[in-house]
Amino acid sequence: MGGKLTISQLQVKANSMRNDVIRMLEAAGSGHTAASLGMADILAALYFDILNIRPAEPEWPDRDIFFLSNGHTVPIQYAAMAEAGYFEKDELLTLRKLGSRLQGHPERTKLPGLENTSGPLGSGLSQAAGFAYSLQYLDNVKHRFVYTIMGDGELDEGNVWEAAMFAGKYKLSQLIAFVDRNNIQIDGNTEDVMPLGDLRGKWETFGWHVIEIDGNNIQSIIDAVNLAKAITNRPTVIIANTIPGRGVNFMEYDYKWHGVAPNSEQANDALGELEVAAATIKIKDMSL
Amino acid sequence: MNQYDLNPDVYNDDVKKDPIRAGFGRGLKKAGQQNDYIVALCADLTESTQIGPFRDEFPDRFIQVGIAEQNLVTVASGFAAAGKIPFASSYAAFNPGRNWEQIKTTIALNNQPVKIIASHAGIGVGPDGATHQMLEDIAMMRVMPNMIVVVPGDSIEAEKATLAIAENGKPSYLRLARPATAIFSTNDSPFEIGKAYILRGGNDISLLGTGAMTYQLLIASKILSEWGISAEVVHVPTIKPLDYETILDSAHRTGRVITAEEAQINGGFGGAIAELLSEKLPTPLLRIGIQDRFGESGSPDELFNYFGLTGEHIAKKVQDFINETPQYHRDY
Repeated sequence: MGGKLTISQLQVKANSMRNDVIRMLEAAGSGHTAASLGMADILAALYFDILNIRPAEPEWPDRDIFFLSNGHTVPIQYAAMAEAGYFEKDELLTLRKLGSRLQGHPERTKLPGLENTSGPLGSGLSQAAGFAYSLQYLDNVKHRFVYTIMGDGELDEGNVWEAAMFAGKYKLSQLIAFVDRNNIQIDGNTEDVMPLGDLRGKWETFGWHVIEIDGNNIQSIIDAVNLAKAITNRPTVIIANTIPGRGVNFMEYDYKWHGVAPNSEQANDALGELEVAAATIKIKDMSL
Repeated sequence: MNQYDLNPDVYNDDVKKDPIRAGFGRGLKKAGQQNDYIVALCADLTESTQIGPFRDEFPDRFIQVGIAEQNLVTVASGFAAAGKIPFASSYAAFNPGRNWEQIKTTIALNNQPVKIIASHAGIGVGPDGATHQMLEDIAMMRVMPNMIVVVPGDSIEAEKATLAIAENGKPSYLRLARPATAIFSTNDSPFEIGKAYILRGGNDISLLGTGAMTYQLLIASKILSEWGISAEVVHVPTIKPLDYETILDSAHRTGRVITAEEAQINGGFGGAIAELLSEKLPTPLLRIGIQDRFGESGSPDELFNYFGLTGEHIAKKVQDFINETPQYHRDY
């Protein structure tokens, strides 16, 4: 691979992944649109800047590890993986279809490059913690990092806080967790369904270093991870404030798009908006 | 048939007893000595689940997760992803009682070779009462694809089973009982995952046992022989995969089957045998175990008596069953 991508180039990747997500979900006729779009910038930053991975060699033993915990957002991970070259983009349109490697929720054993199986919420942080513990205490490997993304609604799950306590106790400094703070879950806004309140305070009292960012700002995401890597006595959680449905105006901020796929008309409108956005990135950065 | 190496003292009143879980503790330590990748996780029950000897010898490979059984198995899944062979141990009431979904998603479907160690399973838990007497676990675990289900019959076999699952590369469930249990096997007795063993030959009926109930079947068979009934005793320490060949062959020869388990017969070991026989070799069947009810407090001996699980109770049930059930022979 060549050198690092510029922020504009990463934005183009995220835009392209959003485009893929819309096409995939329309073709599938079901799936989770809002958070898939909202997390596009984080996934672009991970797959094209942060993660030390080799898409042509998914089992490369020295790779960084990424566990997607809120498995329903896997369309955006599939889009990132296809963009990165784990598989051909054509395969994206098999999402949720019989015989596809792209299951509705991610299954590690089906698709090389997936590190875990998830969907039922609350378990990804534990798996990441187990891996990070193994690196830090058993393997004495310091240069590899373990990442996970949780949804904010997912934090309702008790399993998350069991893991938070565990990672805090053992000061798992190679563990970097994202909370996709988009303020929505299936039944409504997170603060109505089950208030999360002072998230920063909650994680801090569990022994974590907390960084809060605009989760749709790729530079902020990369900066936060660099800071997290420099924290060597605690795990870090990056509370990434994102806009659910980000990139498609009529989907943004609306919890009703949590678990709904666009129909063909809506998909066309969405793709049109994304095309304009892509052109705008290019106008702003003439080097592209 | 090969002769199973039975403890020569098995029918004596002073037969040596040892908790089945203690055999696991010895096996885990041995497995740890043989394989550096083995780690043990525990949810605040280190001593009673017999992780202590492993922890003392390999403190770096022992991970305390606190009273958090969902975290116990999901962290274990992460260790397995990192190339380790994790043993995740707690009481069966919580593991898999509380964390079944996590086991399904992050271990079975995810196909990570985590070993679920369920101590204090069955009615023999005793005075702690129904909340802590896990009776549904065999049913819960044997319906899970990818999962191996092993229920050793005594502490010697538990040690062998522990070493076997340590090296099988698969998600595995090991069910262990709390109380001191009579030892019927020897160091030379065979144990292989997926194999059932004929401990005592017979012609009139096949008595199929798993876990600590196999000893009770041996006692029952001795009583029955005094009554002129020739009962074959088959020990089935692996419930999944089930040893179809040995079980069907025995059922075919004797024409009557009784199962015995320290668990719910519905969906449990008896359920597994009922499924097998009704599909492959319909044979009159009586399932002994817990009959769709919860347990209660009492000493293990009192509870075995109360629920009709002792050798004496079983002998009587076998006799009644034989009297009212014609031996079913067919020409296959």
